[in-house]
Amino acid sequence: MSADVAELSTRSRVHYLNASYGIKSWLLTTDHKRIGLLYLVSITFMFLVGAGAAALMRLQLLEPYGAIVQPATYNKLFSIHGIIMVFFFLIPSIPAVLGNFLVPLMIGAKDVAFPKLNLLSWYIYVIGSLFTLYCVIFGGVDTGWTFYTPFSSMYSNTHVLAAALGIFITGFSSILTGLNFIVTIHRMRAPGMTWFRLPLFIWSIYATSIIFVLGTPVLAITLFLLTLERVLHVGIFDPAVGGDPLLFQHLFWFYSHPAVYIMVLPAMGVVSELIAAYSRKRIYGYSFVAFSSLAIAFISFLVWGHHMFVSGQSIYAGLVFSVLSFLVAIPSAIKVFNWTATLYKGSISYDAPMLYALGFIGLFTMGGLTGLFLASLATDVHLHATYFVVAHFHYIMVGGSVMGFMGGIHFWWPKITGRLYPDKWARLAALIIFAGFNLTFFPQFMLGYLGMPRRYAVYPAQFQALNVMSTAGATILGIGYLIPLIYLIWSIRYGPAAGPNPWRARGLEWQTPSPPPKENFEETPIVTEEAYSYATMAPEKSSV
Amino acid sequence: MSETAATNVHAGVLEEQFESLQTQHEARKLGMWIFLATEVMFFGGVFTCYTLYREMYLPGFEQGSHLLEVTWGALNTGVLILSSLTMALAVRSAQVGLRKLITIGLLLMTMLLGVAFLAIKFILEWHHDYVEHLVPGINFSYTGPYSAHVQLFFCFYFFLTGLHALHLIIGIGILAVLCVMAWRGRFSPQYYSSLEVAGLYWHFVDIIWIFLFPLLYLIGGR
Amino acid sequence: MQGQHIVPVRIYVTVFAALIALAALTTGLAYVHMGIWNTVVALAIAIAKMLLVALFFMHMRYDKGLTRVVIIAGLMWLTIMIVLTASDEFTRHWSPIPSNWGPAISMQQKQ
Repeated sequence: MSADVAELSTRSRVHYLNASYGIKSWLLTTDHKRIGLLYLVSITFMFLVGAGAAALMRLQLLEPYGAIVQPATYNKLFSIHGIIMVFFFLIPSIPAVLGNFLVPLMIGAKDVAFPKLNLLSWYIYVIGSLFTLYCVIFGGVDTGWTFYTPFSSMYSNTHVLAAALGIFITGFSSILTGLNFIVTIHRMRAPGMTWFRLPLFIWSIYATSIIFVLGTPVLAITLFLLTLERVLHVGIFDPAVGGDPLLFQHLFWFYSHPAVYIMVLPAMGVVSELIAAYSRKRIYGYSFVAFSSLAIAFISFLVWGHHMFVSGQSIYAGLVFSVLSFLVAIPSAIKVFNWTATLYKGSISYDAPMLYALGFIGLFTMGGLTGLFLASLATDVHLHATYFVVAHFHYIMVGGSVMGFMGGIHFWWPKITGRLYPDKWARLAALIIFAGFNLTFFPQFMLGYLGMPRRYAVYPAQFQALNVMSTAGATILGIGYLIPLIYLIWSIRYGPAAGPNPWRARGLEWQTPSPPPKENFEETPIVTEEAYSYATMAPEKSSV
Repeated sequence: MSETAATNVHAGVLEEQFESLQTQHEARKLGMWIFLATEVMFFGGVFTCYTLYREMYLPGFEQGSHLLEVTWGALNTGVLILSSLTMALAVRSAQVGLRKLITIGLLLMTMLLGVAFLAIKFILEWHHDYVEHLVPGINFSYTGPYSAHVQLFFCFYFFLTGLHALHLIIGIGILAVLCVMAWRGRFSPQYYSSLEVAGLYWHFVDIIWIFLFPLLYLIGGR
Repeated sequence: MQGQHIVPVRIYVTVFAALIALAALTTGLAYVHMGIWNTVVALAIAIAKMLLVALFFMHMRYDKGLTRVVIIAGLMWLTIMIVLTASDEFTRHWSPIPSNWGPAISMQQKQ
């Protein structure tokens, strides 16, 4: 279909974006696609706030004795950076934006099971983020995103309650989203869409939803207990009356470790979709990849003690957690092997989404392997609370999750907006991001190994060169993120119209116009083929 | 969408995203069961702390438990069990198509029993504990042995029963809304999922108390 | 609606009677000194009551298998949380604190 015809049909056709106008039609929508966009706007805003904190941190670390802020302020910066990036950007990002948009489309349904709950979950997110923004504006919090007691419960003079309350509230947004997805995937698949015909993105969203539903309530109750302790000084975490501060850490990490899998599993799901589409091949070992998502979700709940090896935790418990942490690497490795096998003899194209997917595989592997150093008790004693840990988790969360998010946004952008983005700028940005990312965080592995502690506003002069490298990298990374922000927004108005399937990909979401109609499909689709049936696709014609 | 389904959507009974009333009913039930699983983990966090501290400080916890009045706890247990019966009967009454006044009557009885529970809990028990200076963070002062651990026990007592009471209050609110819906004739053998789902929540609140009673009131021989 | 099992009233009433009986039993047994068995028995009775409420009042007996999976998952995760946390708290005193760390201050010894 030529661009002009596509353009005409986009303008004259009624779809979910133009089906109704006005602010009320957006703020009171129950359409999962619009809710996904509401989330996109909100999390992008929060990302910018969190990135601002990071920028100030990296500027501070240009000089060994601090360049711009006092240590007390620096403590607030890294706390707010962590809280916002973890709870208000990464955790909702792929599930609430891409998940909300795509899950009903990919399974052939009209909407999620509980559309009003879906809208409520967005409002809950917004209210939670308002509490956090209040905290940022009126003086910040300095406990780190980990809120360890007894500092957070007894000694900190900053806005701990506002931050804890914000996270507590937003947690319910996650719970409702996860609940919605599980019910939707179980009960609303189109005829013929059996479990093993589902796209692997759905499997990973399902596994993520299990973690949402079983883990987040524990965070909620932990923050509730922290609040009680701080306000009433009842003694649950106070050694003076027999309380145990370490108990807070157990409860906190019981959620927060699986939380990191909430952040990476959906990105893995996106990567499966991208690798298949841009190798024009079925994912090798489909059922292994599907089951590995469930395995990750389960094992992720068994390893939390590896954050506490040097905290005073029993060495025997440490042994158990260390062994289990090694186990959790296995399903992740299975995915990497299967993606690689998919690429082998595939018909590969290097569009921007594929660049992000390939970047994910490399960077996630590095992040994952460095996790093994931290899972080993002996090496962790040396590396705990150093920049090695910081580099490890940024390789996974930024090199992994954010790249997955960017790849997914690019891949499904034509479906969401009906527009194509400028391809060359997209590829350039992907490469800039990859380069900037590595320059930012690879030096941090070295800094950590050499002994520079994390969460410190100042450092010994011998670490300056590596810190300057890291800040330079961060600048490049920032530019890399700014470029897509600009051209994606530009494309909404000026991008060429996209047809229903610009990438010639498989999947139900590509069988409906771009942007989709409000009910997603003119008629309920009936599924007869396996997922990723690229082998049976007709060869490319020039006018499709 | 089938013709039956289209009629049901038109009647405001079937939501558009579902293909049939059956699917809608099952989806809502599954949704509530998953929500109850989240509640298990929510209360579970406190139960974890409680289990650990009880094991570490058993004498102090026993001491604290003996300061509670078993009679009130046992009475409340009976009240909630009866309320579960009336709730199950209320759902059943809609399921078999009995007159709406029967459903409303059973719902009201359930609500009344819930209020009775709260009255015993707040007016008789909590007030008594407040007068006896057993409220941590407010006026706790205990001169017997293991006083620090008794304080810890009462932290858990008030937090657990308070959280439970909060869930009960929300449940009573939901039942009130259901009474209004029943009065308006919204329920029938074809459509009663709201009742069933609220019933699941109510029974869950009962189950939480089934565990709280022995864990808080019956520690050690008396 | 097809497939929705209707439970007879007499089953509900029987379950109710059983629950009341078990509540009375657990209350009565609390006045019998059995040491560690007090807790075991009380929990066993509580679990029995929970099963009665879940299977009959909550219709789990007549439902699809998925609801059982959901609740079993919830209880399994709760068990994981308690057991693994306890594995730390209750094995801390197994390793002696080195003498050059100062006076012994383990939680168990503080009582």
